Amino acid sequence: MRYLPLTQSDRTDMLRTIGAASIDDLFADVPLAARRSEPLDLPPHQGEIEVERMLRTMAAKNLAACDAPFFCGAGAYRHHIPASVDHLIQRSEFLTSYTPYQPEISQGTLQYLFEFQTQVAMLSGMDIANASMYDGATACAEAVLMANRATKRRTAILSGGLHPQYRAVTETTSHFAGGIVRAMAVAPDGVEDIINAIDDDTACIVVQTPDFFGHLRDLRPLAEAAHARGALLVAVTTEPLALGAILSPGEMGADIFVGEGQSLGVGLNFGGPYLGLFAARSALQRQMPGRLCGETVDAQGRRGYVLTLSAREQHIRREKATSNICTNSGLCCLAFTIHVALLGEAGFTQLALLNHQSAIVLAQALTGIPGVTCLNEYFFNEFTLRLPKPSAPVVDALAAKGILGGVPVSRLIPGDPNLENLLLVAANETNTDADRAAFVAALREVLA
Amino acid sequence: MMRQGRPTAPGKAGDETLTTFSGHRGLDHEEPLLFERGAEGRCGVDLPAPAKMANRLGDLARPSTIGLPGLSEPQVVRHFVRLSRKNYAIDSGLYPLGSCTMKHNPRLNEKLARLPGFADLHPLQPISTVQGALELINTLAHWLRVLTGMPAVAMSPKAGAHGELCGLMAIRAALDARGEKRNRVLAPESAHGTNPATAAMCGFSVDPIPADARGRVDLAALKAKLGPDVAAIMVTNPNTCGLFENDIIEMAKAVHDAGGYFYCDGANFNALVGRVRPGDLGIDAMHINLHKTFSTPHGGGGPGAGPVVFSQALAPFAPLPFVVDRGAGFDLVEFDTDAGDATPFGRMTAFHGQMGMFVRALSYMLSHGADGLRQVAEDAVLNANYVLASLSQDMSAPFPGPCMHECLFDDAFLKGTGVTTLDFAKAMIDEGYHPMTIYFPLVVHGAMLIEPTETESKESLDQLISVLRSLAQAAKAGDVTRFTQAPHYAPRNRLDETRAARTPVLRWRPAKEE
Amino acid sequence: MTKIFYTQDHEWIRLEGDVGTVGISNYAQEQLGDIVFVELPQPGTKTGRGDEIAVVESVKAASEIYAPVSGEVIEANSTLEGAPVTVNEAAESDGWFFKIRISDQAELAGLMDAAAYQAFVEGLA
Repeated sequence: MRYLPLTQSDRTDMLRTIGAASIDDLFADVPLAARRSEPLDLPPHQGEIEVERMLRTMAAKNLAACDAPFFCGAGAYRHHIPASVDHLIQRSEFLTSYTPYQPEISQGTLQYLFEFQTQVAMLSGMDIANASMYDGATACAEAVLMANRATKRRTAILSGGLHPQYRAVTETTSHFAGGIVRAMAVAPDGVEDIINAIDDDTACIVVQTPDFFGHLRDLRPLAEAAHARGALLVAVTTEPLALGAILSPGEMGADIFVGEGQSLGVGLNFGGPYLGLFAARSALQRQMPGRLCGETVDAQGRRGYVLTLSAREQHIRREKATSNICTNSGLCCLAFTIHVALLGEAGFTQLALLNHQSAIVLAQALTGIPGVTCLNEYFFNEFTLRLPKPSAPVVDALAAKGILGGVPVSRLIPGDPNLENLLLVAANETNTDADRAAFVAALREVLA
Repeated sequence: MMRQGRPTAPGKAGDETLTTFSGHRGLDHEEPLLFERGAEGRCGVDLPAPAKMANRLGDLARPSTIGLPGLSEPQVVRHFVRLSRKNYAIDSGLYPLGSCTMKHNPRLNEKLARLPGFADLHPLQPISTVQGALELINTLAHWLRVLTGMPAVAMSPKAGAHGELCGLMAIRAALDARGEKRNRVLAPESAHGTNPATAAMCGFSVDPIPADARGRVDLAALKAKLGPDVAAIMVTNPNTCGLFENDIIEMAKAVHDAGGYFYCDGANFNALVGRVRPGDLGIDAMHINLHKTFSTPHGGGGPGAGPVVFSQALAPFAPLPFVVDRGAGFDLVEFDTDAGDATPFGRMTAFHGQMGMFVRALSYMLSHGADGLRQVAEDAVLNANYVLASLSQDMSAPFPGPCMHECLFDDAFLKGTGVTTLDFAKAMIDEGYHPMTIYFPLVVHGAMLIEPTETESKESLDQLISVLRSLAQAAKAGDVTRFTQAPHYAPRNRLDETRAARTPVLRWRPAKEE
Repeated sequence: MTKIFYTQDHEWIRLEGDVGTVGISNYAQEQLGDIVFVELPQPGTKTGRGDEIAVVESVKAASEIYAPVSGEVIEANSTLEGAPVTVNEAAESDGWFFKIRISDQAELAGLMDAAAYQAFVEGLA
């Protein structure tokens, strides 16, 4: 077995040192009824060639985004990832290190976490950010728990433009934690009256922008109304590239920002691993969940970094911790940080603009098809189409033609006849004129 | 005559206190923050020029700059390569962190996870276009069920603690379905901090179970605490002292008789894989850290993956989504309405879980096979016992062996030396090792928990043993500054954690312009 | 003469009329090590005896502070917010946490005086 260095004679020597007659002696504490003498009913070990062949066979049954005109979004976004990102994250020292609990020999990880926190704070317009959560949806759920702690209230109001799975995760988490979640009706046109839903037990309102249907939400009046009633505004973004084009949540008055960082550096990965972004105003820093990296000095006065404010966390605070989270998305943070570093100010804003323009051109072309309308006046790189027939079978028919033509709203919110014909379409910088033309022609054909 | 080239000769030893002009020291480069390196007009990507067209951003267009630095690709690459060199890693040395299972991460797994057919799939593509991905999840689920002897598995939890949360939510849902309000969870004092934190997130209060003199759960004390308000026990097995809970079947029976459930923290499954099935121990739910037992890389703290196996009693409550094999193809159940007789407690994550980790874990499992995985557990246990036996004279072990996959020492052997567990750990850094886990479990004074894993050779262990032995002897001989000022040979000396916490600086900010 | 009492959880309370000043003992600050943060109650907070009323954090530990008596918080020591080190430097004087208007003087009977606390701490070693 190529991964196991002990030889049979090593094992014999080591058992002798231990004073055990056989390996079974070392398992003597296992109750007899639970000791298994035969191997389990699974295949035996295999070489690289065989394993690679098996997994390649599975991979080949999928239609990869790179092999099709691709227009899916709905919380997961595809962008070109510069080659150096994946090269650098595979450096052994990043890939195969643990959580930086020994800072003297973990400055590499700690410094990039500090840089990551800074980038997230800058992009979101918030004071501080943590070293990441599992994904955007769990970050959203944690933001609601944090708002409850900070305000000593219990109720969260979720916008009808929040990603349905973020809503589901937040509802599940809050239900078990004893919080109350009130979700507004689904708002495909981007209009709803959240302000009138706020009352004296409202800990926070949770509003996504660009929202699930692609609408850009003005958070300013919402922040003002929430603050007037002592509630917090939690802003959510599933496509952080949008922050290169639109007013940041911090500038609009958000108290907590959460988001999905996957679109920068991480890739699609069929839904995971992803990268939860979590930022807040400084005043809330001790209520934050997750790891925080901070600057300090060493015994010689040299600048260095450590994990800090740990007394919030489960390994010290146990049942009184701000969260049970222990892992972060370390390597995904690194990918994000490298991608954003490569882009820089000029690249980030230009990439955002290219995505926006790609979406404008696509929306114009698609709404030229008879019976197809766009619900959005304003959007970033994703918008909602109303088709003349249910969108799910249309998307399947497009897939049969080799085109990944968006996400039917009914995939995430089934059983609502008002939403059945809606299709979420996302554009990005990798779409070519030929991709768009193929999509438009195929959709025209499927709808004909 | 050419007189330019001269051979170098060793000469005299260098002056270790030399201060360099650059601040660098040979291969060890000081590296500023990205934000201190940028220049306007520089960029690490080449993008096409945007068209001239009106935007559709309304009055929400960003009016301000973000503040990101401009860097070219070579600068970015050098920056991160230099940072990487300040990290310890499994690939560069033994990483004996108890409870963390720092084993070799095969590169085949990395290669396969990057196949576009897995890595470049959107989670909401039509089901017909992701049949191979669903097959992979289903296959991994099958391996996990067979290895644990449990009938069901929830694949979506994103890490160990997330898996714990999944398990306790299922327990809460099962109790709700029975119409019972049980609010107490029993967990040993030696538990990982995530256990009580998770229980609290589910609204349970946590009641500690004392350990007995053998470092195991005190069965009589456990039984005395059971009652109609106990929802579950949460027990790590092997426990955090590296010991198998030999009364575990009795414990399961006792909690079941009292109407509660048995949650097992599976962080230490590496000791058991292929040899002992949790399903044979009476467990109702257990998370499996794919990043420990099944070698997906720790990546400096994540991402992990924490699938949870369930007993028949809890299986109906497992969260959405899950993969089903419909014979004609695989399908993904994403809503209650499609879940048949099952009554999922809700959803834990957007999309379907840590696919990238699933590919790596399955690649690892297929590579080892049933025989190899059994050997993994045996070698992991053998290696830990070898370290324990070899050091029992020089260091102090609070509990006699055999241990399972990790061995525990306390600081009794340092008593009166002026050297603490922390100092001892930092001195290991100077010797080229990552320290073991220290001060955990909390039930042992000055704990040092060593988990060598099965991927260390005997030669590598022998070297570790001789270094630890030498350090123990040096401490006893009064060579105190070796320890209290350690590490001497790391990119940084000890850092001021008090300062970091008193006046937190959590991000870079530009210097104020005057 | 001012009277000072201690709890088994290492809080102290110094009496002046019906107002008590509360902090943690010198022994407690030594055990905690470098204190990095103190979370104080808002003036106006009503508390019962033994309720959690404040939190003190060191780098590697966090401890709840329990109200030694019932009453209403009338003042918190805001200097601790910017200078938690004061607790390390002067735990039983400048490092006080909050002042409380005592609602039931009889509760003081259950506390230790300085000599009894000294003996209690020595018993812990």
